[in-house]
Amino acid sequence: MTPKTPSTTSDVKSDALHARESAVKSMSGLELKPYYVGADVAGLDETRDLGVPGEYPFTRGIHRTMYRGKTWTMRQFAGFGTARETNQRFHYLLKNGQTGLSVAFDFPTITGYDSDDAMSEGEVGRCGVAIASLADMETLFQGIPLDQVSTSMTINGPAAVLLAFYIAVGIKQGVALDKLRGTTQNDVLKEYMAQKSWCFPPQPSMRVVGDVIQYCAGAVPQWNTISISGYHIREAGSTAVQELAFTLANGFTYVELGQQRGIDVDSFAPRLSFFFNAHLDFFEEVAKYRAARRIWAKRLKERYGAQNPRSMLLRFHTQTAGVSLTAQQPENNIVRTAYQALSAVLGGTQSLHTNSMDETLALPTEKAVKIALRTQQILAHETGVANVADPLAGSYFVEALTDRMEAEAEEIFRKIDAMGGVIRGIENGWFQREIQRSAYKAQQDHDSKARITVGVNEYVDHDEEKLEILRVDPKSETEQVARLKELKRTRDDAKVKAALAAIQLAARSGDNLMPKLIDGALAYCTLGEMIRTLKAEFGEYHEPPMF
Amino acid sequence: MDPLDPQDKIRVLVAKPGLDGHDRGAKVVAAGLRDAGMEVIYTGLHQTAEMIVEAAIQEDADVVGLSILSGAHMTLLPKVKRLLDEKGAGHILITGGGIIPDDDLVELEKLGIGHLFGPGTALERIAAYIRDEVGKRRAARVE
Amino acid sequence: MTSTIPRAKQWQQRAQSGDRVALARLLTLAERGGDEFAEVHPSIHAGNGRAHRIGFTGPPGAGKSTLVEAYALELRKRAQRVAVICVDPTSPFTGGALLGDRVRMNRLTLDPGCFVRSMASRGWFGGLARTSEDVADVFDAVGYDRVLIETVGVGQSEIDVARAADTTVVVLVPGTGDAVQAMKAGLMEVADLFVVNKADRPGVERVVAELEEVLQLRADGAHKPAIVQTVAMNGEGIDELSRCIDEHREHCAASGQLATRRAARAAEKVRRLLEQALRDRLFAGKGMERRIEEALQSSEPRSPYAVVRELLQELGLVSKETRKP
Repeated sequence: MTPKTPSTTSDVKSDALHARESAVKSMSGLELKPYYVGADVAGLDETRDLGVPGEYPFTRGIHRTMYRGKTWTMRQFAGFGTARETNQRFHYLLKNGQTGLSVAFDFPTITGYDSDDAMSEGEVGRCGVAIASLADMETLFQGIPLDQVSTSMTINGPAAVLLAFYIAVGIKQGVALDKLRGTTQNDVLKEYMAQKSWCFPPQPSMRVVGDVIQYCAGAVPQWNTISISGYHIREAGSTAVQELAFTLANGFTYVELGQQRGIDVDSFAPRLSFFFNAHLDFFEEVAKYRAARRIWAKRLKERYGAQNPRSMLLRFHTQTAGVSLTAQQPENNIVRTAYQALSAVLGGTQSLHTNSMDETLALPTEKAVKIALRTQQILAHETGVANVADPLAGSYFVEALTDRMEAEAEEIFRKIDAMGGVIRGIENGWFQREIQRSAYKAQQDHDSKARITVGVNEYVDHDEEKLEILRVDPKSETEQVARLKELKRTRDDAKVKAALAAIQLAARSGDNLMPKLIDGALAYCTLGEMIRTLKAEFGEYHEPPMF
Repeated sequence: MDPLDPQDKIRVLVAKPGLDGHDRGAKVVAAGLRDAGMEVIYTGLHQTAEMIVEAAIQEDADVVGLSILSGAHMTLLPKVKRLLDEKGAGHILITGGGIIPDDDLVELEKLGIGHLFGPGTALERIAAYIRDEVGKRRAARVE
Repeated sequence: MTSTIPRAKQWQQRAQSGDRVALARLLTLAERGGDEFAEVHPSIHAGNGRAHRIGFTGPPGAGKSTLVEAYALELRKRAQRVAVICVDPTSPFTGGALLGDRVRMNRLTLDPGCFVRSMASRGWFGGLARTSEDVADVFDAVGYDRVLIETVGVGQSEIDVARAADTTVVVLVPGTGDAVQAMKAGLMEVADLFVVNKADRPGVERVVAELEEVLQLRADGAHKPAIVQTVAMNGEGIDELSRCIDEHREHCAASGQLATRRAARAAEKVRRLLEQALRDRLFAGKGMERRIEEALQSSEPRSPYAVVRELLQELGLVSKETRKP
């Protein structure tokens, strides 16, 4: 192997930097000045707009001592194949110093189908773990006492059912429900906007979300019921501004849902958390997190009447941007991810997932996952960036950009209000079209080289080495389907029927679904059976026009 | 071939097979092919192989473009190809994109499936491939 | 080719016996128009007249596709064979089009009694493509009982559909000031039936009241359009819609209106084809283009009217004498 030298033509091209759009506009298309001065932040009132870390309006972070008190949670999202294989990966991650578990489910699970459904063919255990019943969930957490870990589950449409499985595992392990800690993503609104894995139409979906909020506020008080997610909105193509605004607008909608149900805002708002993307435009990302905290705190206090400061805190998980990863020269992704992780930490994230370099090629290998985790550990322990809270505060540029992001978001909130709220906007396809437009613009900018992606539209290597990739054994699917069939053969059918009937009844009467779903889980009703029962009451959903 | 001649409009059916809802790529490519002068029929999410094939036939599509990020490509693509052949529509080009390992690309090409594009591909490259491939297939298709 | 039967004829025969690939090809030929289709049209036309052609028009966001799907499903319950033509706009800049109506018609795709065909407007205005009627003719000829035609739906005056359909359904939704817009766009005059879709939304009474008010003003003593409220998403009101559509059809047949409409449609079609044929002949080759350029190339700017007069004289279409002032 001869060492590669950078081609000289590429180096010359970098002189064109100043002519490019990327040099004068942020990724969201906000105009940038060549430099910022005090006058750009003349309107900034330190007490009103910034406060100190840990104080209202929390622009500067939610803790006084920030990462000195507790470093962020390093939470690598994982899951593939069968519950048994993922269980092994969990044990591996815990042994390597990971501090929280994060479950990635396969598409059948995400969309509420059983592994043996015809729609699931070819997808079982492919992009995450297949969980079709309590039996799978028990295997997934074998040897992991649920009062010792916090578990994040990336599940939305059928979140109530998966949470019921988890609670049932807790019950079977003998763990008190108030000791269960973790998060269900359970953010259905962004499903209609971006990720498109819903089970029911928006209105009944919101009812189920409301049931989860209400149930957990009483029985599972440490559970984060919704992780209001901008991540997928961004991955689907939105700008940072749209991610910020759409996500917070969804958050407001959930708060209003809780209030409509007569739940005191201070009893459920502290259990709402957020999930943002960390993309490539470094300062815009930092400004986004800071603006998000300020907007949320102000709204909760001023509009929704929250009195407990914990209701006003915007706590968030961050994942680095999957869409920013390239299939070309994949090792470069380590560097991209590291910068993105830095923006999340400087922006004050509570937990972080760093993507593995090979994720545009396949599911990550163990080696790639380890490098990604090490990236976070280096940030936390070697670079010193975690020593001082909100170190970018007071930068003319960062403060001006934070203000600008907030103003842009407020403008979008006004538009959403004018169209009759988030759900109406979804039904009209407005969010979907806005995201689609931004995605197309990003592609055009890429194709025209208005934005450079190293190794893809510039600095291309033509003789790349191939990375070793992970292959999911197709045996996993066969194995999982066989296990499920066996379960269906051996369980007590009378109990299953009774539990499903109770679920149907609750769906119809408006009673809280959670206790019935937990009973269903314990009777080994499958995910698909419970979702089908609910669909029969709630109906199905098709996308509105989007072009 | 004059791309603006209505007689020669290339018709492309763009679909998302399977359960994966990540439709960014499918939509961006659909918009890109429209802007390259093609007529793009977008059928949306959660399409089974049977639905894709039937829709492609009804629309007399020249091309079926599939976006698969879920890893189910080795199941879904051969099935689409087999059904098209069975129904007398083997002339339709199957192309698409997603996260598809190189070895699989080779396997799929052996089955008669056209090129599959990975992340980072410029839209014009996809359009050029389709124009070229459809041109060849139309010329070869004497009825 | 071994057979001497032209391919269009072959496709027609195969389509008639249920070959969907051949039907699709024949539809492509119909969509393209031109001599090859003209050759087979007489035999297609001979098989026409049985199908009930129903047009659906209305502003964007009215939920036309979902309504068409719901109505088609209703017809399928009665074992009717249903063809759907959905038209979307061609981009005037690129000539391309995004045809997205199938997204909301997925439940029809695998039904052997349904056939959905998307068409791009290809530069034609008025809500349909130039050849949408020909495509409907093909469906009619191969035995579809109903042909549902959905217009572009970009909110312009999409009234072509009234010429192509036996029954025209105008779809509106509450809360968007649609009734007024529809009136401006001339939809009031073409409607045989109104649907207020998404009738679970607030403001439905207002739209209905507005419509009724406008309908009072309609001078003709003819069949007063019914107003049907639907929620197409969950099928509400679709049976009522279906009943009203059938009623309209019966009314038209009984009153002789169906025959009058179809005769007018045929005459209109002859006019259009003639126009098209003349235009095609006029501009065949580059001769006329060159001649126009020459005629305009003079030392001083010439009036286009004068140039046209000169060209018409050359073609022998007007006499050379000067007209009286």
